[in-house]
Amino acid sequence: MTNHWVDLKNSDLVIVMGGNAAEAHPCGFKWVIEAKKDRKAKLIVVDPRYTRSAAVSDFYAPIRAGSDIAFLGGVINYLLSKDKIHHEYVKHYTNSAFLIDEGFKFEDGFFSGYNAEKRSYGKDTWKYQLDKDGFAKIDPTLQDPNCVFQLMKKHYSRYTPELVSKTTGTPQDAFLKICEMMAETAAPNKTMTICYALGWTEHSVGSQNIRTMAMIQLLLGNMGMAGGGINALRGHANVQGITDMCLYSEVLPGYLSAPTDADVDRKTYLEKRTPKALRPNQMNFPQNFPKWFTSLQKAWYGAAATDKNDYGYDWLPKKDGAYDVMAIFERMHQGKMNGFFCQGFNPLASVANKKKVGDALAKLKFLVVMDPLATDTSEFWKNYAEFNEVDPTKVQTEVFRLPANLFAEETASFTNSGRVIQWHWKAADGPGESKSDIEIMAGLFLKLKEMYAKDGGKLPEPILNLTWPYRIANKPSPAELLMEISGKALGDVFDPKDKTKVLVKAGEQVAGFAQLRDDGSTSCGNWIYGGCWSQAGNLTARRDNSDPSGLGQTLNWGFAWPANRRIIYNRASCDPAGKPWDPKRAVIRWTGTAWAGNDVPDMRPDAAPEENVMPFIMNPEGVARLFAPALAEGPFPEHYEPFETPLDRNPFHPNNAKATSNPAARVYKGDMETFGKAKDFPYVATTYRLVEHFHYWTKHSMINAILQPEQFVEIGEQLAQEKGIATGDKVKVRSNRGFIKAVAVVTKRIKTLDVDGKKVHTVGIPIHWGFKGVAKPGFITNTLTPFVGDANCQTPEFKAFLVNIEKI
Amino acid sequence: MQVSRRQFFKVCGAGLSGSSIALMGFSPTSALAEVRSYKLAHATETRNMCPYCSVSCGVLIYTTGDKSKNAKADIIHIEGDPDNPVNRGTLCPKGAGLMDMVKSPNRLKYPEVREAGSNEWKRISWEDAISRIATHVKKDRDANLIEKNADGVTVNRWNTTGFLASSAAGNEAGYLTVKILRNLGVVALDTQARI
Repeated sequence: MTNHWVDLKNSDLVIVMGGNAAEAHPCGFKWVIEAKKDRKAKLIVVDPRYTRSAAVSDFYAPIRAGSDIAFLGGVINYLLSKDKIHHEYVKHYTNSAFLIDEGFKFEDGFFSGYNAEKRSYGKDTWKYQLDKDGFAKIDPTLQDPNCVFQLMKKHYSRYTPELVSKTTGTPQDAFLKICEMMAETAAPNKTMTICYALGWTEHSVGSQNIRTMAMIQLLLGNMGMAGGGINALRGHANVQGITDMCLYSEVLPGYLSAPTDADVDRKTYLEKRTPKALRPNQMNFPQNFPKWFTSLQKAWYGAAATDKNDYGYDWLPKKDGAYDVMAIFERMHQGKMNGFFCQGFNPLASVANKKKVGDALAKLKFLVVMDPLATDTSEFWKNYAEFNEVDPTKVQTEVFRLPANLFAEETASFTNSGRVIQWHWKAADGPGESKSDIEIMAGLFLKLKEMYAKDGGKLPEPILNLTWPYRIANKPSPAELLMEISGKALGDVFDPKDKTKVLVKAGEQVAGFAQLRDDGSTSCGNWIYGGCWSQAGNLTARRDNSDPSGLGQTLNWGFAWPANRRIIYNRASCDPAGKPWDPKRAVIRWTGTAWAGNDVPDMRPDAAPEENVMPFIMNPEGVARLFAPALAEGPFPEHYEPFETPLDRNPFHPNNAKATSNPAARVYKGDMETFGKAKDFPYVATTYRLVEHFHYWTKHSMINAILQPEQFVEIGEQLAQEKGIATGDKVKVRSNRGFIKAVAVVTKRIKTLDVDGKKVHTVGIPIHWGFKGVAKPGFITNTLTPFVGDANCQTPEFKAFLVNIEKI
Repeated sequence: MQVSRRQFFKVCGAGLSGSSIALMGFSPTSALAEVRSYKLAHATETRNMCPYCSVSCGVLIYTTGDKSKNAKADIIHIEGDPDNPVNRGTLCPKGAGLMDMVKSPNRLKYPEVREAGSNEWKRISWEDAISRIATHVKKDRDANLIEKNADGVTVNRWNTTGFLASSAAGNEAGYLTVKILRNLGVVALDTQARI
């Protein structure tokens, strides 16, 4: 979330699309209700189902799963063609005025530079025109045909209400009503917020779904405002924190992009990641990258990291390709992996195409499951009849299962969706011999270290040199670890403006990432968490819930990254002169000498407005990107059909079959054939969660199992009638990858839609069952889902695929 | 003698029956209508967080005992933390069932191994488990860690063993996990955030 949970109450218009907060995030959703009650805010829900969020909305519209960009692109067209945008904001705070390379084109569904063989784009033309000083050229009048504003206007002019409705199935009048309501928030003192979740991410165009809404929020001037922003309602209680710690292949802690084979040494690595400002006077905050990275190296290698050995650069593994979860299972399926660890992760249930995942696991030499619960994955080798058809004697994988602690049994910090890091305390020991994840990992590492010290082996240096300053070696304390994450001075840290002044004495905790250095004098495990444990102590454990602003900022409750800032980009909540767009909900303001107010300013504190330092400090151009070349499938989002589409074509490109689905999405050999066709699988399926259950955990919890004991699927009345299915009937739902059986629930909540001249039915599939648990055994829903993901981040397409359904 | 209701319950809890104390003239200042004391009165309250969705609601966990070294704490009640500014004491139908998650019959209690081709679990000690796993890890790493790529560039990656990390672990466990894995050379690393 760019904003935070309580801030939802400051909104004038809440959009719930690509999520269902009332059921998936009930205690956060009550801030939406608060906004409705106290501010007379309106709530709009757009969803294939009439959810419980929809039930309390002011306006609901149905949409075909997998057509969100068509809808949102239509909103952009509405705002631009009716001139309902926040002009000052768009002009100053976005790249609308920037001139783009003259070779940039969009034709017949493809942007310039497409390579069909590689299914990817060369981005030579997706760039700014630069002047002789290396700064981007702009046209402040926004009239140049090659400026972002004009290119964007042209791109979305195709998204007419007629074509939007034809593609999405949303009735045209409902679509226009929503456009009208959103457009009202173009007023400088009105804000709209968006609450989305997996309903937007789990698509082959997931990143672009979100980007399209980000563009709308920029056009309406809602970023950085109280009650505005782009708010991802995330999954687990610490999924934000684990993402920040970067337990994934592309990045190191704090989102430092991981080294690849091309980064032959530290110098090359740093140069590529340390951008130059693209406009004069901009903060270009990533110019500090070397300080963050060097401090991480010092946290990991301590005294063994020196300028003589590139601070241990060579010890870090270099990435040679994709290693996301689907890439990992693809490699495993090809027999290229021998060992695998699942730490609190149940991939047999939660990754696409269960059969492929199970077959892949069976090719391993060893699998280690660390979990508080007996997960389905830990018994992938065991026969559970039709729920898990497998012959154990044929599975040669050695499987270890290690009992881990749950939340109640650990002291730790969790980071909520609003980036607030909160400390919690252990209440009791776990059952039996269970241990914390920290202890399990430390035990395994120390054993390996002992073996490498004694017997030698390949590349022992990073293992033997890894800092291990923990008082009890096999049980590092959470406090020691959070202090390491937050960072400290190894030598005295001096003020760059006055070299005689010591800012932090050697051995002290840093107050924030501004004190980090690239000369080895500081260590910091994760720069964005810098200062969360300062000399003042553990700021994540603060429990002062006072809120003098009345905005719900609670600046002394826990610690929000970065720098305890609650609303990021908050400089954009003021006009260029530093006056809040809405004085009633002022986040910060320019006082004449400094930025100050109800939040930690997202701006250099002494940057006077006339210096023209723009609010989007993480971009070298200082402004937000309506045109974003970093995306894989295009700098402007375009509608592409899901890989399994009920249509014969992309209504936006009816004559180009190659532009039907995302042209830049990765499809593995053999997987294209596993995609079903509408003639065999005519119905759109979408998976989702229920208010009574949490993922695949609560099937192990008795009360939740009692509340929702048995697997079911939902279908609309018209499909039920056509197929002769009544509520309570047992049905079989098939995709091209397998089947599940479940009880049918016939509902008015799912409507048949008119799409591109066809009737399109939707089958709704809750995900929460499996063969392990105290709930009734059920089928793993991801037996059905396709093994393809978003072109940028490879999040699988769970929300839109094809099935057939029949009564058993 | 002024005895508050709370002190009165404490005294009673020390071993004497309430009625006999009252007979001896030590009646509490307010009327005592209850026959049993409120069960959380003697419990220890610990501030914790719901592990489910990313609202990360504050919870209060009540355990028996006073956290002294020899007292075995047992969780007897979990409810929303009214001080938490986000959930303000509320919990949803998922979080309201946390007790049953903590006490689930499917909680793992001991390290186990399922040998290749076997149809059953076998209990093993932590020492055996860690030692066997470390042996697998070292063997695979020593055999397959790639020190240089075809162009002679030092790459030091080990991509034949992979790791999926938990989003239910704390930041500290996550950080220690990534610190260890990266320095073993692991690149096949992912987390639930992806899905």
